[in-house]
Amino acid sequence: MAVLAVENLRTHFFTRDGVVKAVDGVSFTIAQGEVLGLVGESGSGKTVTGFSLLGLVDPPGRIVDGSIRLDGEELVGAPQERLRALRGRKIAMIFQDPMMTLNPVLRIDTQMIEAITAHERVSRRAARARAAEALRAVGIASAVERLSAYPHQFSGGMRQRVAIAIALLHRPRLLIADEPTTALDVTIQSQILAEVQSLCAQSGTALIWITHDLAVVAGLADRIAVMYAGRIVEQGPVDALFARPLHPYTRGLIGSVPSRAHRGAPLAQIPGMPPSLAHLPQGCAFAPRCARADAACAEEPAMVEHGGGGAARCWHPYLEGGASA
Amino acid sequence: MTMPKLELVGVSKHFVKPLDVAARAANLFGAGMHDIVVRAVDGVDLVVQEGEVVGLVGESGCGKSTLGRMIAGIIPPSAGEVRYGGRALDGLVAASGRKGLLEIQMIFQDPMASLNPRMRVRDIVGEAPVVHGIVSSAERDRYVDTLLARVGLDPGYKSRYPHQFSGGQRARIGIARALAVEPDFLVCDESVAALDVSIKAQVLNLFMQLRRDLGLTCLFISHDLGVVEHISDRIVIMYLGRIVEVAPTEALFRAPNHPYTQALLANVPRLEARKQRFAPVKGELPSPLDPPSGCHFHPRCPFAMTRCREERPALAEIAPGRWSACHLNDGTSDA
Repeated sequence: MAVLAVENLRTHFFTRDGVVKAVDGVSFTIAQGEVLGLVGESGSGKTVTGFSLLGLVDPPGRIVDGSIRLDGEELVGAPQERLRALRGRKIAMIFQDPMMTLNPVLRIDTQMIEAITAHERVSRRAARARAAEALRAVGIASAVERLSAYPHQFSGGMRQRVAIAIALLHRPRLLIADEPTTALDVTIQSQILAEVQSLCAQSGTALIWITHDLAVVAGLADRIAVMYAGRIVEQGPVDALFARPLHPYTRGLIGSVPSRAHRGAPLAQIPGMPPSLAHLPQGCAFAPRCARADAACAEEPAMVEHGGGGAARCWHPYLEGGASA
Repeated sequence: MTMPKLELVGVSKHFVKPLDVAARAANLFGAGMHDIVVRAVDGVDLVVQEGEVVGLVGESGCGKSTLGRMIAGIIPPSAGEVRYGGRALDGLVAASGRKGLLEIQMIFQDPMASLNPRMRVRDIVGEAPVVHGIVSSAERDRYVDTLLARVGLDPGYKSRYPHQFSGGQRARIGIARALAVEPDFLVCDESVAALDVSIKAQVLNLFMQLRRDLGLTCLFISHDLGVVEHISDRIVIMYLGRIVEVAPTEALFRAPNHPYTQALLANVPRLEARKQRFAPVKGELPSPLDPPSGCHFHPRCPFAMTRCREERPALAEIAPGRWSACHLNDGTSDA
């Protein structure tokens, strides 16, 4: 039974310059304890997808179509009070910049106790004890003392740990992580990855890890979904996706990552730039940058299964076998 | 290749925050407060040969950008000497005006912060070569056209302002501006860090092509080991203001010597990894305001011994061309 089933989600922004189709027909499911890597470049709609799941899209944006089912319950069109009861309890999100989640003028304990009492009737004392426990679980030393500190008294990595502790307070069914390690140093990133990985495994929380960095999700995710211009263009199990990418965009992305295998050689770059979401080309949005594009690509390709759990939106997927090493 | 292109001898940069009036007054009564000193770069020796690409790697606050700025002549070192082509940099300023410094150019991380938003590309790229007499103002436009073409931009864009370009294009403008004064040494400070994966690949390819075409020597500063591994001949690892290891790229990735380098390499996310068990280094980066005694890495090092707490390890040659600053290399433990 899937924890989350998203079907044909469309989130559009109605701006003066036209309709920006930030998310345009996204479908995926995620099972309990599963880690899904949602990969894309800036402007591909990955963050808006995350916000849509939480019901946090502000005007001029709006979910215009589709369905989001959390444990079978439909979230699109659900009343605000219901979404509010779910947010923080059953779905939680951590952001790239923890300063966005933490209120700079409130102490950590105030913020954590509020997050607990918002969903449960417990005494302040019990809530405080639970907050300290949560901080300890994400590897913060002397948790009880640190509860009385303000966010600016923590380093970037520590702040992100606090944000993770808050997100996991209610053992949510689903955690959405939006580039939470992008701003951190390599050794700190690795600490955070380790924490999230073990905490989600313990509590069976399903995890959506949004990132532009293929290498981060390669070591973390069970399945990968690649977004381009508001659509998922390819998804599949992590092994198959990296060994045999189907979509030319996925293949280009993998080739763009500097790797040990071909040091000093020119990287297999993708020509051109991602398109503006307000003026998407007809048909496949990747066609203008694609070496395989032809007349067929003027029509929009559908998501097609190609065996082994892999699926791609492409008229000319790479089916013949292995990617260039 | 006798004369190194660039040589750093004991280069340090200390930023001092002097005591304010209240603290000085308190000192009159014997409070014993001291100036706050950040040793951003602390006694660095480094040699870069002609035509080499050297990658400088470290986490935030390790002093890599400060070192880059001293090499580019933007800030003077507090101690030690930067020698370029055998002459001291501050000597260059006095002897031949600013001309000598033109040979070293810097490309910055955030093009939006380093390109004047109210100048057109034509002026951003074309101003310096005219001022320095490399081209006459009549030939400026043609010169700018060739530079833009060289970095893969349409010369037709030269009347535009920086905000009208995408991130990758802005990075290219920054590169064109640096190339405009015909440098032969580039300091690239996190020049691709802010770019998307596919755009990053384009800019990295451009760097490698320019280096081949123009015979540039490069210091490539980055926190991204994957990028540095791809582009550099040699790698320098910094930790809290000091160089901890220098090695040819292949050798460094095959057998890192310093425990910090080992930890860094183990923590780099890799495409090849699957369901990785992340085994992070313990602890935070210490504050450069109050660095640990002895070897700066000892509080986080799994092999630390008493000596590491007390004595700063020297950067010593452990194999031809390989240098490391670690007491473990002395062979004998003090246990």
